[in-house]
Amino acid sequence: MSEIYQLTLCELVDKIKTKEISCEEVTKSYVDRAKKSEKLNCFIENTFDQALKKAKDQNDKIDNKKKLFGAPFAVKDLFCTKGTQTTASSKMLEGFKPQYESTVTSKLWNEGANLLGKLNCDEYAMGSSNETSHFGNVINPYRNDKDLVPGGSSGGCASAVAAHLTSATVGTDTGGSIRQPASFTGTVGLKPTYGRCSRWGIVAFASSLDQAGPMTKDVKDASLLMEVISGHDDKDSTSAQKEQEAFSQKLTKDIKGLKIGIPKEYKIDGMSKEIIDLWDKGIEIVKSLGCEIKEISLPHTKYALPAYYIIAPAEASSNLARYDGVRYGFRAEGKDLIEMYENTRSIGFGNEVKRRILIGTYVLSSGYYDAYYLKAQKVRRLIKNDFDEAFKEVDTILTPTTPSSAFGIGENVDDPISMYLNDVLTVPVNLAGLPAISIPAGYDQNNLPLGLQLIGKSFDEQTILNNAYAIEQSINFKPNFKDWWM
Amino acid sequence: MSITKDTVKKISKLSRIASNDKFEENMIKDLNSILKFVDQLNEVKIDNIEPLASTVDQELIKRDDQVKIMNEKKDILLNSPEDNEDFYVVPKVIE
Amino acid sequence: MADKEFDYYLKGEKGEYEVVIGLEVHAQVLSDAKLFSSSATKFGSEPNSQVSLVDAAMPGMLPVINKFCVEQAVKTGLGLNAKINTFSKFDRKNYFYADLPQGYQISQFKHPIVGEGKVILDMPYGTKEIGIERLHLEQDAGKSIHDQDPKNSFVDLNRSGIALMEIVSKPDLRSPGEVGEYIKKLRSIMRYLNTCDGNMEQGSLRADVNVSVRKKGSKEFGTRCEIKNVNSIKFMQQAIDYEARRQIELIEEGNEVDQETRLFDTKKQETRSMRSKEDAHDYRYFPDPDLLPLRLEDSYIEDLKKGLPELPDHKKQRLISEFKLSNYEASVIISDQAVSTYYEEVAKNSDYKLAATWLMGELFATLNKEGKDITESPVSAVNLAKMINLIKDGTISGKIAKTVFEEMIKNDGDPSKIVEDKGLKQTSDPKEIENIVDKVLETNQDKVQQYKSGKDKLFGFFVGQVMKEMKGKGNPQMINDILKNKLK
Repeated sequence: MSEIYQLTLCELVDKIKTKEISCEEVTKSYVDRAKKSEKLNCFIENTFDQALKKAKDQNDKIDNKKKLFGAPFAVKDLFCTKGTQTTASSKMLEGFKPQYESTVTSKLWNEGANLLGKLNCDEYAMGSSNETSHFGNVINPYRNDKDLVPGGSSGGCASAVAAHLTSATVGTDTGGSIRQPASFTGTVGLKPTYGRCSRWGIVAFASSLDQAGPMTKDVKDASLLMEVISGHDDKDSTSAQKEQEAFSQKLTKDIKGLKIGIPKEYKIDGMSKEIIDLWDKGIEIVKSLGCEIKEISLPHTKYALPAYYIIAPAEASSNLARYDGVRYGFRAEGKDLIEMYENTRSIGFGNEVKRRILIGTYVLSSGYYDAYYLKAQKVRRLIKNDFDEAFKEVDTILTPTTPSSAFGIGENVDDPISMYLNDVLTVPVNLAGLPAISIPAGYDQNNLPLGLQLIGKSFDEQTILNNAYAIEQSINFKPNFKDWWM
Repeated sequence: MSITKDTVKKISKLSRIASNDKFEENMIKDLNSILKFVDQLNEVKIDNIEPLASTVDQELIKRDDQVKIMNEKKDILLNSPEDNEDFYVVPKVIE
Repeated sequence: MADKEFDYYLKGEKGEYEVVIGLEVHAQVLSDAKLFSSSATKFGSEPNSQVSLVDAAMPGMLPVINKFCVEQAVKTGLGLNAKINTFSKFDRKNYFYADLPQGYQISQFKHPIVGEGKVILDMPYGTKEIGIERLHLEQDAGKSIHDQDPKNSFVDLNRSGIALMEIVSKPDLRSPGEVGEYIKKLRSIMRYLNTCDGNMEQGSLRADVNVSVRKKGSKEFGTRCEIKNVNSIKFMQQAIDYEARRQIELIEEGNEVDQETRLFDTKKQETRSMRSKEDAHDYRYFPDPDLLPLRLEDSYIEDLKKGLPELPDHKKQRLISEFKLSNYEASVIISDQAVSTYYEEVAKNSDYKLAATWLMGELFATLNKEGKDITESPVSAVNLAKMINLIKDGTISGKIAKTVFEEMIKNDGDPSKIVEDKGLKQTSDPKEIENIVDKVLETNQDKVQQYKSGKDKLFGFFVGQVMKEMKGKGNPQMINDILKNKLK
């Protein structure tokens, strides 16, 4: 008999509706487990008491029309939640309580979900290992006799989902921040098409790349969450004029006839045999399901990461200018305005954030704009063109999600570039604005999970969900860690 | 295009981040490493390529000229570091 | 017809200098809500009472453009005879200041909404065309109050995010006089279009003034200095004069003029350098990733064009050709749209010339005295027209009309009734006038002799005497004619 907290989101919502379990029981199950899991450091702030109270109120008022009724949800601490601290994992926003709710999280609560707490992440979503948070590192529930990173920036989200500390969650993905941690923790993470979900109320990192997306235990959950959080928002000028779609209702594992592209450039130099094997395994599975495999070329793949590390910091350097100690957040002493600014931002921001602000400022500065920023945007066009061409021939593209499995905490902090390389397979997708999903595909020789990524056409989340669902059902990945932290 | 201490001082000033020797030294190393990495882009032929600023291809959303009384003064000033009912308070700019 | 020559050249020790001026005018758009947020734009409200989450740059906030502000900018562009760009973009101008919550201003850098245009000035030495470089939309900043506390400044964000139109002129202006006319012309156009109220006292119109000098006759441009944020025409003119002379002095001493930003000290009436902001000018412009490009349909622009009211220049030409007014009269009348509307109503119902004379003379004097503007005129257009018609048809003379007018001011009375009640009708009976003329000439035989031997000025004396006999009600023209006849 599995524990309540082991149920998937869809399962628990169903069981609540059939009154097999109560809302209160569900929330209590997650709260109890989360309280025993502080070692993983997934939560920056919890709202356990409020969640329990809400769940208790919901017990007798089951609403069948609400898609997430009774589900306890912790969310990445990048989403502004009304009246509840929102920090972006930064000292800069420690104690900040927004008086407004982000559009995406509003949709969750409107469908009957309850806020369990705010999840740790890399500071301002900048990082690939959740080691830049002001509130400490997040630990991966998987380990190989040392503490491992869960990936980043949505590390707290991935770890919490994997360790069953939340029924599901929403993270954000700018260069791979949903997919890479999903791969490191054996969970599912979906980055929607840029513009599919509203960015209103999400602490902005890189405006032309940020997207909120589901992080879940399985593909079915991801499809349900996508259904809930997607949709046009008038308050976001980059929000696509597309209405919500019934992704979960149209979910199917019948993918016969699907044309799947295998991009040769994703076979990176030095890629481990295990990853290549896993990739091949995925290819075999889809072939056996009646799909057609095509080798494709995305010639500018290797330039995606350098282009990203110009564009994202540039936009971030401007987006983070508002954190100046004047109207909210941390303020340091200063004998005059400029000194106050400089001290506030020097103390309030961590090193990775400062690094990116400086690089971003540099590449936009007088004399360098053309050489860096403009050039990067042109390369971005070429990367998108590569995908557009490829998608004339195929329906989805199958690749590994990450070039390695989870590494040890502290292993990659010396050189920023080695950390950035974690995103080499995920970043091209953000530049092109396409949807992509990572699903757990197997284990490496250290018994650590690895993910496979499916990239889809613009606004074709349904096809990659179906594709992922089919593969997932075939692989039947089972988490194999023990609750070592309790 | 190498970053020197002066460059770091300059961009720190522009981005209003206090810097000292240690900070500058660390940043020089890291920033040069990043710049070296991104220099790969010089290999790409970009003549006649239009830059891509956004992947959303639609008309700019516009709103009507209507006042929506959204935020009480209280809400706006609520998270302010200084306690003042009417204004944001900041140290003076020394001209 | 030009009756003067341009003469604003400044004399230095070593020659004469020409002053070259370019203006960047910031005009607040008349709209109910702000450019990228839905807060109100009213002037003078309680501090921070018109500030939304977007204006305060809270985390996660995003801009959405106000379509009416776009319309206002296009209309203004059309009023400036400018090219409307069907494709424009919004860029971020990045810098730090307490009244700039986002740490950047959303503006337009490379692709403004309006391109090149022109404005025509009427100067005493002829008409002059001033080129407009461009017009773009941008956010206004908040206000910092520095004098309430020795250590701190207070920030009010009410103004933050209000739509501004920045109108950049080409460096075609050459004198404080031209600058004054240029500002007045811009104001007038925008007030006609109702796109900006041009209220300089409230800050809805202000300008950065770029000044440089060069030897008279030279075609090269000198180094220019920018004088920021001048909010009255008088100050602009004082600032230009001071700055030009300062630069000439520097040049003649063998020094270079440093390109810098300066402020005009209104008390000392001099410009001084703003403390160098180091790299304050590296704004790191880049396209705002929270917004998409603005595309306008040709039909949208055409529709707006069709809906425009008649603009000052066109109206002026029409008043000159249709209403036969002089250049000067037309200029005065069109300077205010309400005045020209009033004028046309009077003129169309009476006499073009007399309408202009009475409007610019007695009516303006009255309005000035009572501190009113034309919309509060104590005399309605209808009644003024009627009064003028009474002059035209000879019922009253121009002189009597003055008396009638003074009565009308009291309660906008019907002039015919006033004439009736006060018995002010003029006498136009030739027989009656002839009798009195005869009588006067007879009584003043000596003066008649003097007149006939050359003292022409005595004609006025005779007229006066006749008028006196007639108690001011004689038809002046008739008196004149009959007198002339009798004195032949």
